Amino acid sequence: MTYQAVIGLEIHVQLKTKSKIFSGASTSFGNEPNTQACAVDLGLPGVLPVLNKEAVMMAVKFGLAVNAQIQNNSIFARKNYFYPDLPKGYQISQFEIPIVSKGSLKIRVGDDFKEIRITRAHLEEDAGKSIHDMFNNDSAIDLNRAGTPLIEIVSEPDMTSANEAVEYLRTIHTLVKYLDICDGNMQEGSFRCDANISLKKSTDTKLGIRAEIKNINSFKFVEQAINYEIERQSEILDSGGEVVQETRLYDPAKNQTRSMRSKEEANDYRYFPDPDLLPVYIDDQDIKSIKSTMPELPEEKRIRFMRDYSLSEYDTSVLISDKNLSSYFESVIKSKKLEPKNVANWILTDLLGLANKNRTAINELPITPDRLEQLLIFVHDGIISNKQGKAVLEKMWDTSKTPKEIIDSEGISQESNENEINKLVDKVLENHYKSVEEYMKGKDKLFGFFIGEVMKESKGKANPKIVNKILRERLKK
Amino acid sequence: MEYKTLTEIKEAIHSKKLSSCEITKYYLEKIKKYNNKINAFITILENQALDKAKKIDDEIVKGNIKNLSGIPIAQKDIFCTKGIKTTCGSKMLENFISPYDATVIEKLENAGTIMLGKTNMDEFAMGSSNETSHFGDVKNPWNTNYVPGGSSGGSAACVAAGMSPCSTGTDTGGSIRQPASLTGICGIKPTYGRVSRYGMIAFASSLDQAGVFTRTAEDCAMLLNEISGYDSKDSTSSNEPVPNYLEECRKKFKPVKIGLPKEFLDGLEDSVRKIFDDAVLILEKSGCRIKEISLKTSKLGVSAYQVVAPAECSSNLSRFDGVRFGHRAKDVSTIDELYKKSRSEGFGNEVKRRILVGTYALSAGYYDAYYIKAQKIRNVISQEFREAFDEVDLIIGPTTPDSAFKIGEKLDDPIAMYLSDVFTVSTNLAGLPAISIPMGLKNELPIGLQIIGNHFDESKILSLSHHYQQITDWHSMMPNMETL
Repeated sequence: MTYQAVIGLEIHVQLKTKSKIFSGASTSFGNEPNTQACAVDLGLPGVLPVLNKEAVMMAVKFGLAVNAQIQNNSIFARKNYFYPDLPKGYQISQFEIPIVSKGSLKIRVGDDFKEIRITRAHLEEDAGKSIHDMFNNDSAIDLNRAGTPLIEIVSEPDMTSANEAVEYLRTIHTLVKYLDICDGNMQEGSFRCDANISLKKSTDTKLGIRAEIKNINSFKFVEQAINYEIERQSEILDSGGEVVQETRLYDPAKNQTRSMRSKEEANDYRYFPDPDLLPVYIDDQDIKSIKSTMPELPEEKRIRFMRDYSLSEYDTSVLISDKNLSSYFESVIKSKKLEPKNVANWILTDLLGLANKNRTAINELPITPDRLEQLLIFVHDGIISNKQGKAVLEKMWDTSKTPKEIIDSEGISQESNENEINKLVDKVLENHYKSVEEYMKGKDKLFGFFIGEVMKESKGKANPKIVNKILRERLKK
Repeated sequence: MEYKTLTEIKEAIHSKKLSSCEITKYYLEKIKKYNNKINAFITILENQALDKAKKIDDEIVKGNIKNLSGIPIAQKDIFCTKGIKTTCGSKMLENFISPYDATVIEKLENAGTIMLGKTNMDEFAMGSSNETSHFGDVKNPWNTNYVPGGSSGGSAACVAAGMSPCSTGTDTGGSIRQPASLTGICGIKPTYGRVSRYGMIAFASSLDQAGVFTRTAEDCAMLLNEISGYDSKDSTSSNEPVPNYLEECRKKFKPVKIGLPKEFLDGLEDSVRKIFDDAVLILEKSGCRIKEISLKTSKLGVSAYQVVAPAECSSNLSRFDGVRFGHRAKDVSTIDELYKKSRSEGFGNEVKRRILVGTYALSAGYYDAYYIKAQKIRNVISQEFREAFDEVDLIIGPTTPDSAFKIGEKLDDPIAMYLSDVFTVSTNLAGLPAISIPMGLKNELPIGLQIIGNHFDESKILSLSHHYQQITDWHSMMPNMETL
């Protein structure tokens, strides 16, 4: 039997604040264990949390970007459970009154868009890390991450396939990077998600029993984990069984999920308002001033690119998927000397081709937009050919020289002088007089052959447009 | 040499009649002499105190004199002290050395005080008799068969016995005022948020407030001036400007309107009633108008308190898990075993009782019936006080229903123990400031008068207390330490 999958995601987004959400310790990644955990992060006796306002601003930015309600008075609550990397024995989170609620986001599904509702997004602190594979029989704890600010974004169960879930995840990923509130680094755990999955018959109105898959940290794994889970649950239902409500872990090495704890083993978190923190008060004026600092969002950019630059949907979606890439593109066309569509082609095909080959991130490209513009102007003006342009681009990547330096030093140039090209044409037509006769009798296909020969004679330097023009004139029937 | 009050000591130091070393040695001698009988100190800092006193004397010679330069003080062992053991009265923290100073400690150290030691207390401040301490009972200096009250029992007893001229305490449901009452000294709990809680080991965060013990109201004002004020490390500390309490309480007394809640007198024992009536009469004679009022809900205070305080403590004490600091059980093989054994061994019975009660009150299915309901009662109590303060300036009553009880008397009867806080808990629930000052003796045991003010009305409280102490002499009485 085929079932309809019902999927909701909880995405944990680490905020890019300089210091932690309730202490002054740094949030940077990759330092020696426990070197950036202060008394507050260690949960020493007597310490108290003090809220980092920057984290609140970032949460509000996210709320505004998904058209959500921003709570004027949101409340921090304690989520109580024991775990070695949770120093206080409780996590400071938000429970009954989160800072952001009732938002929504459009995602692309095929050629269409689908709206995914966002139930809530709340502020909370991250836990530390337990390390089990470093010492023989002992576990170790690194509290550098403890207290890093997070927003947890909870969606409604509006997605029906792994593809939709991944698309939603990507859309949020792009959005938080545009908002500059998260570095989006999934390997380092800055952006990770839990997926809730249940199946139902398409005629059912009631949702099925769900399993939650914890802590998935790549787009690929999300897709694989969901697909595995859909298959696992289908098999259970097909054989007349019942899905167990539980928390599961995805093991990428085996590409399967396994049970972590059942509903019965689940913690009673005993949430209650944290008496150490006052309600977070944000007035409408604050919200207004945050609104005024909002950058252009991906959706707005998409509409603008298609309208102003006449780009295709596909090119637009690739360009806007990365804020750095779209601003690179816009820098290249800034002086309006070049045609946007053509520039987009160069960037998406040639530049990104080089970037992929060299595993270079967009924000680390060795070629500045300025230099790419110089190069493309040479091509546009016919100084060098398209093909030569591509060769020059590769040299620019490797040598960090300007396009002009490369063209000059390697003698790359295009022959556009008609007299010179006429001479080459004379020579080719002379050498191939039989072919000329055949062409004149109607063998039109030979035109390409003549062009090729002239180009060969010029060692590739002749301007193909001019060669074409002269040959047309000379071979007029 | 016989100095009793901070005011006297300060005067003597400022006029160079007395050095910090002299006064420090004087109190260290008293501690040596009496502490083995009273057990008021967990840690005595003889060398450190003398070193600091020497430094302060050098400073004074150079002309650098601060408000509290050279004045000895005892610190409740609930305040974190850098490099010094901070036990909170618990086996859990028996060997815990704090890497930082609490804000209260930092302020008092910077003001020039000399820390004599860390005082004994009920474990994690949970108790009203100082019998729950891992470091043994504190004895009441008036009669060592009796409790000094709690939880700040050591801080109260050391001042009462003359081992220190002053001390710090904390008050969650009466932990300053009740022992002040039972040991015959002054103890003030300021408005919630008046004094930073940073570095004060949390019992119930929404109720805990630091305060001080002294012999006189004037001395309370002097110390309060130093420890009050906003602290960026405590989000619940208040921005409200801090008046000069000392100047305020020394101003010419203006009679005030005083509310007398009839619920505080219901069923009061005759001899206590007599002592209280005498105090009321004195206030009336000095021009104050006494008005009978009603605080109906205050009777529910203990019940609400016994839900809110354990609920918060159950969460606050989760950090004592044996992982990063504090007692860690030996020979365990799993993390759950580590938690269970460390906490079972590290915590005493009263702490365990409250963690259990609090965990229960916050559990799914019980949260509304207990925690939410207690919060509602708390709101009603606050509302009642607000209405009362529309009509009167201050509210008075006996601090405790009776004078000190015998050691062991209530230890196995938690309800009876909890009820000894019946007059003090509702001010914590409402976040109000209150003081206890001595008002008489019952069978040679002291009992205190409680004066409650509106939020941030510490000046009014201190002014009335100071006035009372100018026309009475109860604050000068001391137990005879030689016949202990």
